[in-house]
Amino acid sequence: MTIDVIKPGLATSIQDTGRQGHYHLGIPPSGGMDQRSLRAANLLLGNPEGAAVLECALMGPELRFSESCCVAACGAEMTPRVNGEAQPLNEVFRVPAGATLSFDFVKAGARLYLAIEGGIDVPEKLGSRSTYALGSLGGLDGRPLQAGDQLTLLPSATASREGRRLPESLIPVFSRHYLLRVVPGIYDHRLTDESRERFYEEDWTVASEADRIGYRMKGGSPLSFIEREPPFGAGDDPSNIVDACYPIGSIQVPSGSEPIILHRDAVSGGGYAMIGTVISADMDWVGQIQPHQKVRFVPVSLEEALAARAEYREVMEALRQMP
Amino acid sequence: MSADKTATARYSLAADEFMFVELSEEMTLEAFFRSISITQRLKAMSVPGIIEICPANASYQVRYDPDQLSAASLQEVLESLDREVSAQQVRTIETRVIEVPVLYNDPWTHETLMRFRDRHQDPSGTDLDYAARINGYDSVEEFIEAHSGSPWFVSMVGFVAGLPFMYQMVPRERQIQVPKYLRPRTDTPKQTVGYGGCFSCIYSVRGAGGYQMFGVTPMPIYDPSDQQPHIDDSMIFFRPGDIVKHRAIGRDEYDRLLADAEAGRFEPRVVPFTFDLDDFNRDPDGYASRVKEVLHDH
Repeated sequence: MTIDVIKPGLATSIQDTGRQGHYHLGIPPSGGMDQRSLRAANLLLGNPEGAAVLECALMGPELRFSESCCVAACGAEMTPRVNGEAQPLNEVFRVPAGATLSFDFVKAGARLYLAIEGGIDVPEKLGSRSTYALGSLGGLDGRPLQAGDQLTLLPSATASREGRRLPESLIPVFSRHYLLRVVPGIYDHRLTDESRERFYEEDWTVASEADRIGYRMKGGSPLSFIEREPPFGAGDDPSNIVDACYPIGSIQVPSGSEPIILHRDAVSGGGYAMIGTVISADMDWVGQIQPHQKVRFVPVSLEEALAARAEYREVMEALRQMP
Repeated sequence: MSADKTATARYSLAADEFMFVELSEEMTLEAFFRSISITQRLKAMSVPGIIEICPANASYQVRYDPDQLSAASLQEVLESLDREVSAQQVRTIETRVIEVPVLYNDPWTHETLMRFRDRHQDPSGTDLDYAARINGYDSVEEFIEAHSGSPWFVSMVGFVAGLPFMYQMVPRERQIQVPKYLRPRTDTPKQTVGYGGCFSCIYSVRGAGGYQMFGVTPMPIYDPSDQQPHIDDSMIFFRPGDIVKHRAIGRDEYDRLLADAEAGRFEPRVVPFTFDLDDFNRDPDGYASRVKEVLHDH
């Protein structure tokens, strides 16, 4: 069984649940940016929850299957087509031998997760099959898919689940205007009071530089940092700090102009002040925001972040228990 | 550089999975020593619920699972470790001294820096000319002697996979300082020896970068395809706390070492070493000579 990549799509890469424990050496977790959709697609098929899938950003790939095989597509709304015929999202369907699977342009959300029976078979690197392109690590030769690539699958352990569908209540509804919850902190004391408040009162627009490393935001008022004598080793810009680790989800604002939210392929550290961190329960949503859509940041406490985390865990548990 | 007995730490929650700890706003050897000492001890404790421990230059970060370990309990553990370290019970770390051969003023970084001259403070010269001048050296040769003459602490590994940030082990008034490019480059050759602020670095992969470029090392430092015997399963050569000594080499030796590296038989000079902060503070220059001797007696 092989899958030929006819067209790679815009930025299609092999991802799973990622690798932990290597960030101190500069290797970020990687893995699907929307873990909930990645796991839902695998669970629908009866794959291991963390099997390797294709993460397809904004424009999907075109794939030819050598043998008949079941797949499930969750996440962004990009209608799948088998030999041109529309197929359902969030439901297991079969791709017959020799057929071509393609996708329509994205209607909502930004990333679709295509799980294939058994899961994609590439070597594990540091405990994960996820692609970390900046470090040429994992996935297929450490890079996104290219035309001419050939994918192989691991053997499937379960019977075919054709027609199995995600319960309506577990299908995420995508928006054009997101509220992202943020725990303020880290270096936000470096901002003026006015800037610290205004950051949470304005709409920000996602810039075209929005990828697995980070999401850049535009359109809000520039933020002012409090004037000071630069500490030794920090650099002269008021937004500089002595190079430090960057938490996943942290928001930095180089020179006070365009905030960047770091995601799962984050650079692990650097010299820009971070002013808060998106809560873990909202990180999947970040990966589903398209360039030019709007975001408002909402300050929350740790207790609220933990409550949202508990709700997220309940959704994941419901996915695992689905009929 | 006397021990800072009034050392403070600032604990900040980075949402629900990370705790960020700033030990000093400015870069100091003391702050780095605290960061490495606290994080080494924390790692050895194997606290359930701690996922990742990342030491940095003058700060560190812990990723934890709040379902297993509360932020408050984690902070208590970290505060207690800091008290132990700051009370001067800890004055040494076990580490290694590593020699890094460098071809300064090489043709590849030269070609690259010429391509991005419009993003540089001084478009008329090279990065080395500029760094030598603003640091008060009469010639590039003298500047290279300073860069390759002193030992450096690897104070952080990261940005991208395996990139070491290195802090010069000389009194502050003699530390090299160079601003980053005015606008970052979109290209930097792999294994470029770079410089920004008070930190030297080695780019582990080809890509964007804002540090000044001084040369290139033939020594592989990141090994995602597992071809280098001197790099273990982590794929990454450097560790925070390593002590580095650069050695200036010529083109012939560079070519020979690069051929070794490409054949998977590069053998770096690495010697186990106990670093003693008080000994260093008493006589930094004498300590630098000792580091050199350690490498060559071995």
